[in-house]
Amino acid sequence: MDPELIKIAIGGLVLLGCIGLFFGIGLAIAAHKFAVEVNPLIEEVLESLPLAQCGGCGYPGCEGYAIAVVNNPDVPPNLCFPGKEKVAARVAELTGKKLTALEDQIALVRCSRLEGRVSHKHEYYGFASCTAANLSFGGPSACQYACIGLGECADVCPFGAIEMVENFPVVNPDKCVSCGVCVRTCPKKVIEIQTMKARIYVPCSTKDLGKNVKQVCQVGCIGCKMCVKACPAKAVSYEDGLVKIDHKACIAYGPSCETACVTKCPREIFRPYKGRDAIARGGVNILKMAG
Amino acid sequence: MLSLFTFPQGGVHPPEKKELTANLQIETMPVPDELEIILGQHIGAPCTPTVAKRAEVKEGEMIGQVTKGLGVPLHSPVAGKVKDLGMSVHPMRTSAPSITITVDHGAVPLVYEKQDWESQEAKELLARVHDAGIIGIGGAGFPTHVKLSPPTDNPINTLILNGAECEPYITADHRQMVEHVTEVVEGAKIILKILGIQKCIIGIENNKPDAIAAMIKAAKEGSTSRYLVSVNALKVKYPQGSEKQLIQAVTNRKVPAFALPSAVGVVVQNVSTARAVYDAVALGKPLCEKVVTISGKGITRPANLLVKIGTKVSDIVAYLGGTAPGLTKVVMGGPMMGFAISNLDVPVTKTTSAVLFLTEGEIDTRPHSQCIRCGWCLDACPMGLEPKEIGIYVEANRAEDTEPLGVFECFECGSCAYVCPAKRPLVQFIRLAKMKAKRK
Repeated sequence: MDPELIKIAIGGLVLLGCIGLFFGIGLAIAAHKFAVEVNPLIEEVLESLPLAQCGGCGYPGCEGYAIAVVNNPDVPPNLCFPGKEKVAARVAELTGKKLTALEDQIALVRCSRLEGRVSHKHEYYGFASCTAANLSFGGPSACQYACIGLGECADVCPFGAIEMVENFPVVNPDKCVSCGVCVRTCPKKVIEIQTMKARIYVPCSTKDLGKNVKQVCQVGCIGCKMCVKACPAKAVSYEDGLVKIDHKACIAYGPSCETACVTKCPREIFRPYKGRDAIARGGVNILKMAG
Repeated sequence: MLSLFTFPQGGVHPPEKKELTANLQIETMPVPDELEIILGQHIGAPCTPTVAKRAEVKEGEMIGQVTKGLGVPLHSPVAGKVKDLGMSVHPMRTSAPSITITVDHGAVPLVYEKQDWESQEAKELLARVHDAGIIGIGGAGFPTHVKLSPPTDNPINTLILNGAECEPYITADHRQMVEHVTEVVEGAKIILKILGIQKCIIGIENNKPDAIAAMIKAAKEGSTSRYLVSVNALKVKYPQGSEKQLIQAVTNRKVPAFALPSAVGVVVQNVSTARAVYDAVALGKPLCEKVVTISGKGITRPANLLVKIGTKVSDIVAYLGGTAPGLTKVVMGGPMMGFAISNLDVPVTKTTSAVLFLTEGEIDTRPHSQCIRCGWCLDACPMGLEPKEIGIYVEANRAEDTEPLGVFECFECGSCAYVCPAKRPLVQFIRLAKMKAKRK
């Protein structure tokens, strides 16, 4: 080979090597000098989180929560709903915080549009999103508090826990982690987060007068307040035209009331709630109703 | 011949359809048995009722008042009894608080006598405009007394009366300008006195030649050395009735984005508002009735009706002989910017300009499809926005990121949705985007 060529090749390699070395050293110095200090604990906490970025904890994504839970002593370690007990225990262990018992919660649709045979007051055509439909005359449902049924909750659920069956959301209890994204999205506010231990649930969100409810829905709450009078634990209240149940008081009182509210309700809108299985069956019931 | 004035950017020319009612005289509808007066008729805080249930009210008596914030009082259009303080169906908010009045048909109607206004102070006149409950009845519902006391940093030199009436079908302002010319011009002069300026230009689209002729004649007769009223004929183009577009068409001044017309020294009032100002100041009559165009092929007898505020659409339908077969959509307001309603118990408010009963042939119910990026909406937008882009963002669940696209400059004229070959509901996308961007 031509020695001249080898000379040029070696020269090139040396030159490039020198440039590489120069920048390497420069970068190493810069990395050392301008290093951003990260609490390794935050990284560790972040790694233990499920990284679903659902925002159910109330912080902007998982990193936001990790930073908050490490830096702020008032932030409890059990805010990550998708992670459940396992993640809560790990976060508590890492941050040295006291872990309070986690409650199993679930998103519940407080509407019985299918069962009540709520008709449509107009035909809606346009962008198929509940918020958009709600902009035009409060949505196509005759009941202005009813679920619109275009499935925006199912679209936003980060865990795919909501399935639209006959234009009605059915929550899958095995997938729902009660992060609350659907609650924030629903323009009609018919979804509520409720504890799995609850004994009662009321699938209706109407705030209308009884007379008007009877006109549009066969099962909707008419605001007769029989439930309020019937409850021996004073756990049922009627606020703003909406039935509200204090589940803590209800659970504390126990089954000795024989679910007086359920038997007294003339519209049969008070339903006994038996946790996971009951919801799944509820979904099947809704299917049958629609069919 | 001089070329006609218009605004330069965007705009569309939908079929006018005004022939259905353009030549029909304003007809006074008999007062129905019951009126439902919605408390929040204007932009700003809704009124609080000043009457109790079962109270007797006189015609023109104040029944609602705004205690704090922007607003004007509300008056009873009739003598009668307050039946209920409840909820009424509302075209935009589903339901809204209202006062229901049972009409006393035996009461003697009030006769308003003409008073001399020219000797009075501008301040007094302004107070009367407020007390009479006058708001921009062209559609926006902005309290007129606020518009007539503009910020002092920009001197006002021109009053523009909006007689464009660019929405198809509607002829209410047109009839006002033909039948009540002197009242409109007198009203303009009162507003000029309140503003302390001299020049008023009335902008009218040239599809209303009879109104232009009548207004030119009245303006000539009404003009004095103190008040100069003139008429500008405008080329027919939608949305010329929008404040900013009208100012540019008439004066060639461009109002900057998010600024008020006072920034270019202009105040705009609707011709019907000018008429209401005349009624309030020269006759002492509060704003209690409204000329509403009832049109479309879905109503048996189209008409320009003078109705009391609070008259339900169902009463109007009954008076006009019911709906015609083939009715598919009822729209409150014009076909471009109005709201579809699905309950005829909606009461007429101060800002209702029309109720349209449209049949299958007059509307398009075909489903929309994907944006094909043809760019027609860009050409049509009078504000120079990109409606297609906003629509795509909304469909991609990124509505909150649309503020840089100028979504808040959009005044929802509907030109983009009108021209869209894919029938995309662009205005709906934009309204959704505004809602979500505000919440962000």
